[in-house]
Amino acid sequence: MFYGKIYVTLKKGVLDPQGSTVQRSLHALGYSNVAEVRIGKFMEVKLDSSSREEAARQLDEMCRRLLANPVIEDYTFEVTEV
Amino acid sequence: MKFGVVVFPGSNCDADVKYVLEEVMKQPTDYIWHQETSVEGYDCIILPGGFSYGDYLRTGAIARFSPIMKAVEEFADRGGLVLGICNGFQILLEAGLLPGAMKINDDLQFHCHYTYLRVENNRTPFTNLLQEKQVIRIPIAHGEGNFYADEETLRELEENGQVVFRYCTPEGEITPEANPNGSVNNIAGICNKDRNILGMMPHPERCAEEILGGTDGSLIFASILEWWERGGKLGR
Repeated sequence: MFYGKIYVTLKKGVLDPQGSTVQRSLHALGYSNVAEVRIGKFMEVKLDSSSREEAARQLDEMCRRLLANPVIEDYTFEVTEV
Repeated sequence: MKFGVVVFPGSNCDADVKYVLEEVMKQPTDYIWHQETSVEGYDCIILPGGFSYGDYLRTGAIARFSPIMKAVEEFADRGGLVLGICNGFQILLEAGLLPGAMKINDDLQFHCHYTYLRVENNRTPFTNLLQEKQVIRIPIAHGEGNFYADEETLRELEENGQVVFRYCTPEGEITPEANPNGSVNNIAGICNKDRNILGMMPHPERCAEEILGGTDGSLIFASILEWWERGGKLGR
């Protein structure tokens, strides 16, 4: 079994309404040193693959096809064997 | 003219659209379950508003993989008329039938109220009974209607006349205050290059009868019929 940790984030340059609101909130709490907040998604996928390479290939395909929207989002992932 | 309204798990404006088409416009209309694989026999397909698949992951992201979408894509490719309203617009974006993407509204609020729209292009099957720069009043109801496209795509949309509606003031001015969700260039609706696919966030089916407080929405459906009666047909 393999375990994929997927991070989906808004592309650089795409304004993040949730992130900016949370940033303002942190400023209101006194954390005036916070320069930027970006909010993304974290997904865990457990999958049965023949190898780590195959798991990575499938995860990459899943991200491209469904888990991230390439118009506004970037993605990265890590694979570990469990 | 025969209409098909696609029903996804979670669609909730399907009945409103069917009611308007059947009772107000007097046109035969069927529901099409999203598991179907053909849209044979229909002249216009409508993807209604709602929360397909509960908006899990992203709005429209899962619905675009419903079996019916392949048939809708082929239908659109042959020149068939496709109208996506609200979630239907989001599905068209996710499916790549229209360019761009939707983000959460800038103020993170769900907006449910009337908006004013300026007609930017009346040379489409969906707007031919309207005047260019005419202001119409149609309600919105969404939390993710913040239309985004990168600069190049945006330039193409503007240059090709693909921006069909923009949020405006009652006087027709395009201002940041008149923009309910933060959409780039106040965009409320766009079409594809061939103008047979329209996606719009406002809900024309919610203002197609006097009893609902406005009839501007019926102009969209009446335009479709007008286009059809003037000989608009499938195929290029």
